[in-house]
Amino acid sequence: MEQIGIVSYGAHIPRYRIKAEVIAAVWGKDGDAISRGLGIFEKSVPSSDQDTATISVESARAALKRCTLNPAEIGAIYVGSESHPYAVKPTGTIVGEAIGATPNLMVADYEFACKAGTAAIQTCVAFVKANMINYGLAIGADTSQAAPGDALEYSASAGGAGFIIGRTNVIATINDTLSYTTDTPDFWRRAEMKYPSHGGRFTGEPAYFKHITNCAMNLMQKIGTQPKDYTYAVFHQPNGKFPVNVAKKLGFTLDQVKQGLLVPYIGNTYSGASMIGLASVLDIAKPGDRIFVTSYGSGAGSDAFDITVTDEITRLSRNAAPTIAEMVADKEYIDYGTYAKMTNLLFWE
Amino acid sequence: MKEGVARFWREIPQRYNFMGNQCGACDRVFFPPRESCPHCRRKSIGVMKEVKLSGKGEVVTYTIIHVGPEDFEDQTPYPIAIIRLEEGPQVTGQIVDTPLEDVKIGMKVEGTFRKIQQDGHTGAIYYGYKFKRRR
Amino acid sequence: MRDVAVIGVGLTKFGELWDKSFRQLIAEAGSKAILDAKIEGKDIDAMYVGSMSSGRFVDQEHIGALVAEVSGFSSLHIPATRVEGACASGGLAVREGYLSVASGMNDVVVVGGVEKMNDVGGGEATEILATASDQEWEAFFGVTFPGIYAMIATRHMYEFGTTKEELAQVAVKNHANGALNPYAQYQSPISLESVLKATTVAYPLGLMDCSPVSDGAASIVLCAADKVKKYTDKPVKIIASGQASDTLALHGRRDICTLDATVYAAKMAYKQAGISAKDIDFAEVHDCFTIAEICAIEDLGFVEKGKGGQAIANHITTLDGQIPVNTSGGLKAKGHPVGATGVAQIVELTLQLRGEAGKRQVKDAKRGLAHNVGGSGATCVIHILEAM
Repeated sequence: MEQIGIVSYGAHIPRYRIKAEVIAAVWGKDGDAISRGLGIFEKSVPSSDQDTATISVESARAALKRCTLNPAEIGAIYVGSESHPYAVKPTGTIVGEAIGATPNLMVADYEFACKAGTAAIQTCVAFVKANMINYGLAIGADTSQAAPGDALEYSASAGGAGFIIGRTNVIATINDTLSYTTDTPDFWRRAEMKYPSHGGRFTGEPAYFKHITNCAMNLMQKIGTQPKDYTYAVFHQPNGKFPVNVAKKLGFTLDQVKQGLLVPYIGNTYSGASMIGLASVLDIAKPGDRIFVTSYGSGAGSDAFDITVTDEITRLSRNAAPTIAEMVADKEYIDYGTYAKMTNLLFWE
Repeated sequence: MKEGVARFWREIPQRYNFMGNQCGACDRVFFPPRESCPHCRRKSIGVMKEVKLSGKGEVVTYTIIHVGPEDFEDQTPYPIAIIRLEEGPQVTGQIVDTPLEDVKIGMKVEGTFRKIQQDGHTGAIYYGYKFKRRR
Repeated sequence: MRDVAVIGVGLTKFGELWDKSFRQLIAEAGSKAILDAKIEGKDIDAMYVGSMSSGRFVDQEHIGALVAEVSGFSSLHIPATRVEGACASGGLAVREGYLSVASGMNDVVVVGGVEKMNDVGGGEATEILATASDQEWEAFFGVTFPGIYAMIATRHMYEFGTTKEELAQVAVKNHANGALNPYAQYQSPISLESVLKATTVAYPLGLMDCSPVSDGAASIVLCAADKVKKYTDKPVKIIASGQASDTLALHGRRDICTLDATVYAAKMAYKQAGISAKDIDFAEVHDCFTIAEICAIEDLGFVEKGKGGQAIANHITTLDGQIPVNTSGGLKAKGHPVGATGVAQIVELTLQLRGEAGKRQVKDAKRGLAHNVGGSGATCVIHILEAM
């Protein structure tokens, strides 16, 4: 049977960082306690000239640098985000133009909170499987923002990753995928509002944990696998505690989860989160490694993937673009005032 | 919102992808693309061909802008440089992701995709090239 | 082609002139020049006015006709034309007026230059000035007008070792000269430290390296040289007019540190006059920024390329030097109402050549050069004047 999966991947994490303790000091809180409680020490901040479109373009270009695909062969681009630059006018067309994939191209933007990017992967897999396209590009990226003084201020960050999906030169097959979806209002943003609202502790058990757990168990049951069959596991990471807890609940170990856990150092990149986690695993994965990914998006739903790394990964020029580890390490700290300026916290007209 | 969009849409291939052109008579490369070659003039009419530049180049001169135009005020101080692209043409562009004290004549750079400007809060966003230090 | 002379000059004070409108400024300068020339309305064959951006500064285009009207000449229906070349608009208006007399088409022509920059906010004024640069490929990407000249300065410092102190000396000299000019925007000398300590606008240029935003107007009356006796006994002859163009963007130039437009306009002018740089006694050059004066004196051939920074320390371009530059205070201290500048330079040359420059009089001034530049050097227009 033809193998459909990831042909290449790329990511982008903006360079600026602000420490949780610096934010805490502004609001008179105990930064140390907050960092330890959330499992987040610092988060990435986009400069004012970066947005979801620029991060998506950088991610897509990185993916193209690693392989030899002619971008004109990409037949579809789906970009998932909760911070698309325009409410109406897709990010996908900007990416398409910037990588030379236009005009013979299907494009749409997705929104499903933090799992919009993995939904894009599912779409591209289906189009390739249906032989409607040879290659698809799925991107999850965000420059998520939080209201000043809100708990989310410590985690809402910026970053993204893109995956080229196809059936030729596949470096990691996507063996199966399924989702678990309900109408659960744990976290949302009304259309005219600048910042999201959330249900506090309601975002835990009835939301994140319920959907990831059920989705993961359903997929493993369907394909007959167990946690110990996997080399790596990647979960959505709104903070440093939830993914570790859900992994434990499901029977995965910290060792399996470590490589794909970036939130302590870059924060929650929302639609980029699970995607960047997967990219981080692919940076070091070897042929034969098996990866289990379960994303989560508020509103609510999870997408789970069973992935096997192929020999082809050794032929991918992984060093042609920065790895997640390199981007995490390439950083410059800023203070709260600069953060406020860059994220446009101060405006009056 | 006060600007017409066509003017900026027209130059997307240049701003996003460094699309220039080359004179069929003397092989000189131009960016942005020209209707004719200033060296060959009439001999170049009809033989200019499209060419994609790499965006890689070197800093020829620079300044650090402290008082910027309205759309750039929140990025000051920022470096602006004249960069000689590897194919020959020179461009003016902002340098990003580089500490100010590291910006030097001769520094090697490569293009990166950023927001350049926007037409207020309701108008279009214009993306294009900026430059960062080349690894 | 016949000889042309300046028979009358007039200008307003330059500065932040809140009480004076665009129309009042040009009317004042024009009437002063006309009275100085002792001509009457019926003697005027045509008018030329230079203004960079009346449309954006005061929302008014079509100013050729407007200037004729405010001068009181509507009923005489004199041909009136607006000329534009960014900061060289005034100099280009002078050249157009000169060519129309030299060609025999007109006998007496009034030339004016005017800019009213303070009716818009500072940010808007900066944006308007940036239209002198390449809007699509320079200004769009975030470089300001001072930023463009700053890049010339950085390269000049890199290639020739020019220092920030040498840049500052230009500002100090020009303010010292301006203090002797009752029409100048700034009437007091400044110290070197104040220039070096000023806030950075675009490294390495600080606030005091930049000419100011100004309101003002200047005007001259040109007449065929063989007809001047009717009007004045102090005519000054225009012995050369040169002009050249170059790429709009600085990044398109052959050499960042050389304004080829200056070099070629100067060549044209020196050739017409049958002279070379060493025959010039004094000059008004386009010091929109301190670095611009340094490049100008090199490109005009007064000093060798690269040595412009030392011209003040070596007493070459100081008021008491071999070739005093910017005795009026230059754009820096006199002010730079953009369209007026090129015409005001001719006013200064004329006053010097008539011996009417007061405290800033250059001794034995016989031949003066005016150098007016548009943008970062895309246009240059040069006139050489000689006492008759």
